[in-house]
Amino acid sequence: MTMTDYYTLGDPVADTKAPDGPIETRWERRRFGAKLVNPANKRKLTVIVVGTGLAGGSAAATLGELGYQVKSYCYQDSPRRAHSIAAQGGINAAKNYRNDGDSVHRLFYDTVKGGDFRSRESNVHRLAQISVQIIDQCVAQGVPFAREYGGLLDTRSFGGAQVSRTFYARGQTGQQLLLGAYQALERQIAAGTVTMHDRHEMLELIIVDGRARGIVVRDLVTGEISTEFADAVVLASGGYGNVFFLSTNAKGCNVTASWRAHRKGALFANPCYTQIHPTCIPVSGDHQSKLTLMSESLRNDGRVWVPKAKGDNRVPADIPEDERDYYLERIYPAFGNLVPRDIASRAAKNVCDEGRGVGPGGLGVYLDFAAAIGRLGRDAVEAKYGNLFEMYERITGEDPYSTPMRIYPAVHYTMGGLWVDYDLQSTVPGLFVIGEANFSDHGANRLGASALMQGLADGYFVLPNTIGDYLAAGPFPKLDGENVEVAEARKLVEDRIAKLLSINGDRTVDSFHRELGRIMWEYCGMERTDAGLRKAITEIRELKAEFWQRAKVPGDGEGLNQSLERAGRVADFFELAELMCIDALHREESCGGHFRAESQTEEGEADRDDERFSYVAAWEFGGDTPVLHKEELTFDYVHPSQRSYK
Amino acid sequence: MSLKLRIWRQADAQDKGSMVTYQLQNVSPDMSFLEMLDVLNERLTLDGEDPVAFDHDCREGICGMCSLVINGIPHGPEKATTTCQLHMRHFTDGQTIDIEPWRAAAFPVVKDLVVDRRAFDKIIQAGGYISAPTGSAPDAHASPVPKADADAAFEAATCIGCGACVAACPNGSGMLFTAAKITHLGLMPQGQPERHTRVIDMINAHDEAGFGGCTNTGECTSVCPKGIPLETIARLNKDYRQALRAAS
Repeated sequence: MTMTDYYTLGDPVADTKAPDGPIETRWERRRFGAKLVNPANKRKLTVIVVGTGLAGGSAAATLGELGYQVKSYCYQDSPRRAHSIAAQGGINAAKNYRNDGDSVHRLFYDTVKGGDFRSRESNVHRLAQISVQIIDQCVAQGVPFAREYGGLLDTRSFGGAQVSRTFYARGQTGQQLLLGAYQALERQIAAGTVTMHDRHEMLELIIVDGRARGIVVRDLVTGEISTEFADAVVLASGGYGNVFFLSTNAKGCNVTASWRAHRKGALFANPCYTQIHPTCIPVSGDHQSKLTLMSESLRNDGRVWVPKAKGDNRVPADIPEDERDYYLERIYPAFGNLVPRDIASRAAKNVCDEGRGVGPGGLGVYLDFAAAIGRLGRDAVEAKYGNLFEMYERITGEDPYSTPMRIYPAVHYTMGGLWVDYDLQSTVPGLFVIGEANFSDHGANRLGASALMQGLADGYFVLPNTIGDYLAAGPFPKLDGENVEVAEARKLVEDRIAKLLSINGDRTVDSFHRELGRIMWEYCGMERTDAGLRKAITEIRELKAEFWQRAKVPGDGEGLNQSLERAGRVADFFELAELMCIDALHREESCGGHFRAESQTEEGEADRDDERFSYVAAWEFGGDTPVLHKEELTFDYVHPSQRSYK
Repeated sequence: MSLKLRIWRQADAQDKGSMVTYQLQNVSPDMSFLEMLDVLNERLTLDGEDPVAFDHDCREGICGMCSLVINGIPHGPEKATTTCQLHMRHFTDGQTIDIEPWRAAAFPVVKDLVVDRRAFDKIIQAGGYISAPTGSAPDAHASPVPKADADAAFEAATCIGCGACVAACPNGSGMLFTAAKITHLGLMPQGQPERHTRVIDMINAHDEAGFGGCTNTGECTSVCPKGIPLETIARLNKDYRQALRAAS
């Protein structure tokens, strides 16, 4: 098949909201240019926020504080459970408390470079500017960040950076930041500005007269389908790493909210940009249901190595120093063990492909703390990483104080997501997308400790300012179930549930999901090829067809039915998986987390092709043949160069 | 290994519920407890039976969603371990394992092993926060926090809100959960202005939500997967007395 059998080319898209002129004042000028909503009118405006992680939780709380009527939804039993809670390492901010040469411009520079020149300069600069306010905000909420003996905040360095700008709360930074946002949210729930709908899942977007006006949700406890209305809809529903089945995401993480919006007209940008995290606990067997990340902060003090010789099966303690290959330190002397995630992941894959991997199946490398324990003492190492070491021991039964950890890359984060403009508005008017669910700030690779920064920047500071510009035209006409578009959206949901329940086949939903994940990991994982991606698309289509004929979804739509929930999510993952492979196939270059084997330098590094691919690939839904809209990227401040961490 | 599972099945909140026995073969010691239940559910699905409903999400011990009483102990036999982080290597071939939901008046059963824990959110709504609207914060270094206080606050703040403390308590009390938040916020300088109203409002909300009173039994802390210490309850009591005195 030729490329045009897979997709068609549409008109270019442009981010019409980003001001031009000096980058340092763009955000200030956009805020000034945006229309305001007066406090009396805010009370008459309703905003739906789907998801309660760092982005959704902070947005719902802040919109409530501003006086909007907010309706918040999450599929978990409490907003505090959103998967932001599992982020370990930290949050970046250009505070320059260390006086080590950091600045807003340097964080901006590092993030654009780290994203391999596939993100928007305007967005990234704003993110770096806002980063300092986030730390202030979180401290004011009582977030117990790590502190030094003088009582001031401690920081550490993180992959992809040469300054110490990462604020942290032991290995549980995401938990502490999320609880801060959750507590702010609960405060607004008590104040009556936010109504909380836990154990509810968004299954469709309602668009009326061209505007996003609501969602169709299923109450996961009663099974009841309802239509919920608002003047604007905010998706903060997270990433789609679970398309790989095995990932570090929570089991419930899914693409359904984003995908339903995509099917209704929201463009999906750069779906193939996936972050494979280098430091996860290796797979132990076929029963594996998820993968567990070990924070990459461990790479500050741990040294990564494999035996120099292939098939060296000795226990690590018996392998002498001169027979070990500290390959990251060897290949990348400037950054050593702190190279960005994509580079560390691929280097691990390469040494394992050479037959030098360790542990079951040879799919692992050592992360060794012996030198750090020798230098700092066991107590100091324990104070920094104690909970991570305990977690490792709990899962593997091995003690990392006495024997090196085994780690291997795993799917962790998705840089792609729904396309948004500078205001974080999608191509559907009134539909805003924040946090991991959008695509905007990380380009083709996210730096460590930047996800928390982006989620909170979007939720606390960007969206609450930009959404007013849209809502100033509201409130929009009242809706009810009689409205044609509303009734249609509802029927879509009801029909789909009925269809899933009626298949009554002979294969479980999980078995389909595992197989889909295997295809994606094999062909659309750490290394992608033209032939592999074509094969994957064919296999995914076959498997999808089989799913709709053979999936077995027990029970009915009344009441709690976890199998039905999973079936709907997996059905959407199939469609997303196709688009990811088409996106990866069309992007015949390597950049960041997207590594095409055909496009590498002689040294095996990613070979970016700015001539042909310096654009955002924004896809319009088109069934088997999606439509590609390109947003050209221009770089006025950080000039594209080959990333070098040597 | 092969196991005999006795699992609480209850169709919905109104159903009376009962223990049902299942045999499970070929369980790998490297499986997590929830992966073992996944295997059972795959089989039940193919056999046309209703799979066992249980709460879980992150499966890495931090979201607080998993909630099983295993052989009578919330989160099972391993110390400081959530159900999702418990591995089958801690069980033996041929063992009988009882699996039940949290049982407490404030946590009604939704279905099978799933319970409703929104009563915890109600306690937080009553005052488990510092009022700091977005945008109002001074520079983060404006008020240093002694390291010892910050560390102790962090220890208390690691509570994951799973509710094992309530499930273990003979009184069904949520005092350890409440005390963890009181301790976290009470140790931070930012938390001082609301310290008295917070403790009174949270205790009232705790009682109204149907939790029992605390009699310092200590079962809560022994099952807590995050090791929240009993001293937090002493701190809560002290704050409560001070707040009442100040109010009177």
